[in-house]
Order: sequence, then C-alpha cells, then structure tokens
Amino acid sequence: MEKLFQKISLSSATLVLVLLLGIFTTLFISAKPAVEAFGLQFITDQRWNQEIPLIESSDTVIEDSDDAIIADEDDEDMILDEDDEEDAATKTVFGGLVPIIGTLLSTLIALLFAMPIAMGIAVFLAEIASKNISKFVGMAIELLAAIPSIIFGMWGLYYFAPLIADTFGGYQVSLLTAGLVLGVMILPFMAAVTRDSMNTTPDVLKESAYALGATKFEVVKDIIFPYSKTGIIGSIILALGRALGETMAVAFLIGAVYSLPDKITDPTISIPVAMAVNFGEASGLGESALFYLGLILFVMSFAVISFAKFYFLKRGNA
Amino acid sequence: MRLQINKLFLALSILSALIGLGFLGWILVTLFIKGVSSLHLTLFLNDLVDGGLRNLIVGQLVLALLAALIGIPLGMIAGIYIREYGHGKYANLIRDLSDIMVSAPSIVIGAFVYSFAVAPFGGANGFAGIIALSIMMIPIIINTTDSMLSLVPKELREAGMALGASKYRVILDVVIKAAKVGIMTGVLLAFARIAGETAPLLFTSETSNYFNLDLTESFPSLTVSIYNLANEPEKSSRDLAWAASFILTVMVLLINLAGRYLTRNKK
Repeated sequence: MEKLFQKISLSSATLVLVLLLGIFTTLFISAKPAVEAFGLQFITDQRWNQEIPLIESSDTVIEDSDDAIIADEDDEDMILDEDDEEDAATKTVFGGLVPIIGTLLSTLIALLFAMPIAMGIAVFLAEIASKNISKFVGMAIELLAAIPSIIFGMWGLYYFAPLIADTFGGYQVSLLTAGLVLGVMILPFMAAVTRDSMNTTPDVLKESAYALGATKFEVVKDIIFPYSKTGIIGSIILALGRALGETMAVAFLIGAVYSLPDKITDPTISIPVAMAVNFGEASGLGESALFYLGLILFVMSFAVISFAKFYFLKRGNA
Repeated sequence: MRLQINKLFLALSILSALIGLGFLGWILVTLFIKGVSSLHLTLFLNDLVDGGLRNLIVGQLVLALLAALIGIPLGMIAGIYIREYGHGKYANLIRDLSDIMVSAPSIVIGAFVYSFAVAPFGGANGFAGIIALSIMMIPIIINTTDSMLSLVPKELREAGMALGASKYRVILDVVIKAAKVGIMTGVLLAFARIAGETAPLLFTSETSNYFNLDLTESFPSLTVSIYNLANEPEKSSRDLAWAASFILTVMVLLINLAGRYLTRNKK
C-alpha cells in the first residue's frame, strides 16, 4: 500500500513533465508542415495567407510586400485572374512577423504602463498604509487579479478604448488600447508580487535608516529597493511572461489585422489573438502556421518565465 | 528639499493605489450597471437559443467541476510527492516546471488539447474542454499543496511515525489534515481561475446554443459565448453578453472570496 501510494504520487508528479514535453512535441508535430515550408524565415516574413505565383523569384516579392497588405484584396483578385488565364501555379505564404511584433509591442506598452503604477501600489501597501488599509487595498488589488480576462476585454472595448481613442486619436481598436488594457490586467499581479518582495526587507534595516533621520522616500530608495531589487525585477519579468500569452483581453482590442502598425494607434494582431481568431477557419498549411506561431509563443514565454524564476526569483527569497 | 521629495513620493504612491482601486471600481461599477440592467429572471430559465443563459451557466460549471475533479486529486498527489517523497533534483525539477506551467499561455494549452482530443475526433467536444481546463489547474494545485505542506511542522510527521503509522498514513491522516484549510483555499482560488477561463475552451469544447450535457459534442460555455455575443452587432446580443459577464464575475469573485474567508485568521 505504501509502495503503491508512492508510485501513484511519483507518476502524478511525472505527469507535469510529460505534459510539458507533450505540449512541445505536439506543437512541433502540428507545426511541422509550416516549419518545413517556411523555415526560420517565417519569423521575419510579414505576409500572412497570401497567394504568390510559384515561379516568381523572392526578390520581387519583397519589393511589393510593403503595399501587399493594404492592397491585399486587389492582389488576390489579380492572382485569381492570372489563375484563370494562364493556370499559373500559386502557393500560399504565411509569415509570423506581424503577430510576433504585435505581441512584443503590446506587451511592452502594458509593461511601461503598469510598472510605475504597480511600484507605487507596492510601496503604498508595504510602507505607507496602516495595517488595516494595506490589508483592505491589498485584497481589492487581488480581487482585480481574479476577474476573468474576458471581462477586461469587454470593459476595455466598450468603455476604456473609446476614452483612449478620444484622448490620443486614432482607432478604438489599436495597439495602444490593447497594450493599456493588458497593462491594467497585469497591474494587480505585478503589484502583489512586488509587495511580497518588498516585505522581505528586514525591519531592522528600515528602522536603522529611520533612526538616522531618513525619510520614507530615502528608505524605499536606499534600503528597500536595493535589498529586494532582484525580487522586484523578477516579478516584473514574470508579469511580462504572463502578458505575452494573454488572449482574451487583447482579442477584443487589438483589431486582429495582419498589418504592421505605422502608429501606436493602428490596429494589428498578436500571436494569441491570431490563434483565437483564425484557428476555427484554418486548415492545412494555415492551421500548421498557427501551430508554428503557438510554438514560438510557448518558447518565448517559457524562456521569459524561466529566466525570471531562475535568475531573479531563486527559491527562498521569493 | 528632502522633505518635499518625500512628500511628492508619498503622493505619487498613494495616487497609484487610488488608480488601482479606480480601475477595480470602474470595472465593477460598469459591470454592475450594464449587467443588472440586462438581467432578468428569464435568463436563468431559457437557453441561449431562446435568448437566455441557462445552458451556458450550467455548461461552464459542469466543465469547471469535472476539470476540478481531475485536476485536484492529480495536483494534490503530485504536490505530496514533491514535498513528502521527492528528494533532490527530480522533485525540484517538477516543482520548477509546474511553476512555469502556471504562467503558460492558456491559448497554447487549448491548441495542444485540440491536436489530440479534437482534430482526431472530427469536432469540438466537452471532454477536450475538460482536459484543457484540468491541465491549467494541475500546476496551480501542485504549487498550493507544495507550499501548504511545507508549513506543516516536521514534529507532526515524526509524532505520527513514532506511533508506528506508515508514511502514507501519516501524510493522509496527519499532514494533509494539518494543511487542510490552506489547501482548500488554494483549491477554491484555482477553481475560480479556471471557471473564468475562455482561451483554452475556444477550440476544444467551443460553445453551444442548446442545453447539452453530452460531453462528446460541443459544450455550452459562458465565457466563449460572451466572446461571441460581444462581437455581434445587435444590441440585444451585447446586453446578453453584459448580463453573462456580470453573472460570471459574481460567480468567480464569490468563489474567490469564499476561499479567502477560510484563511481569514491565518495571515
């Protein structure tokens, strides 16, 4: 019985490893046709689901790829016409550049927006507020973290985005609004983890500084921050890792257009949104390309999260 | 000068806290106003096909509950392994991997499940949704169990052993009992989290307009339907989406608060 229980518990633990390896292999197998067709150029190619004549050399394609997206429909029509006349062979090209850039930029905006506010909240909770207020506000912030992401998306689309669009101009669905709503979403998580890091500063250190006449600002700047620096940086990167893979809040707001944004207020697309929006209708190479994107996303967030975990948040100080 | 900087710093910090609270308030008030104004008793009696939400609420709860039924025991036993049995590198590896899995992109988990539980069977099914949600849940439960068990003093284990109980008896009857409240809280928080998930369900169980408890077909889901309804142009659909969002948020926050209430005196 003892042995049996031990075996069961060992195999459940191993399940995590199996799942992770399973995700990697499955994504890779499903992405394989696209990996074989486009190779690593997939990452730098901004064309998504475009038909190009097979014989045409790649140089000419790159030349007109700038206008290709705007002229998307015309191009297709032209190619279709060609098809009818000459029966020229075409192939469909998928490139991941746009979703990859969209993911990175929206995460960056989210980070820039959330970081200062999260720091402020963490300082407030850890140092300024009295115990009861800190408990209450801390709880409220944690509740904000518990709200399902789809709610952030709905609220963002109908209430936050119009406000942002009025203020900054441009479209209501854009990189900017998606990034900001993403920022609001990761804010509570970042604040909570940063607060926990700050709380690890020994009271003796703080009290000594106060005794020397330091102000709160000086204590935070010279004592707490240096002491908990790695923890704070770790939690920021961890929040970044989460933001990369967030789907629903961004899906409502980013616009889901395969074009590189010229301005921050232009719509574009991110990897999770590409998967959410296009998966249903995709088949064959298109589906495989989406799996390729998924693989890239998984590798990216895996790398970011493990970097945060192992480099900054070593067990015991987090 | 120092004092002014300090004042400015304090003001900015308090302002941040107010901004944070402001967003929470803004979202909750919006949800409440939009949700309550579109809420009718009939929403709970009709299915989506007749303009109600009954099938979706039931479907979402069934998916989350069945996923919990798989995720909780597996996660707990795995957590027990890495804290009680595992030693050295392997247990640490599992601990780190499950830590990473907690933050893994949920849409990728959906795609993963799709490729082995949806594509081979020709269509969305409830089982696939349950699998996806339980994969999300397992690492959370592992982490909770692990950290809660670490709080149980070593002396309790030794006392159990000294009475001649075997190790697994000590774990099940002594250690788990001591960590019960903390684990319950973790379980409820994890449940609240997966109950509000959308992305893993998008292409696994999808959603359905009809009342359906057959897990081999596409399964009604509140979250996925919110996504679909919110993108429809008709105002009635959007009102329905708001009502559904309100119900979902109330559900999730209540479960979350219930979990916190359990450990209210422990912190």
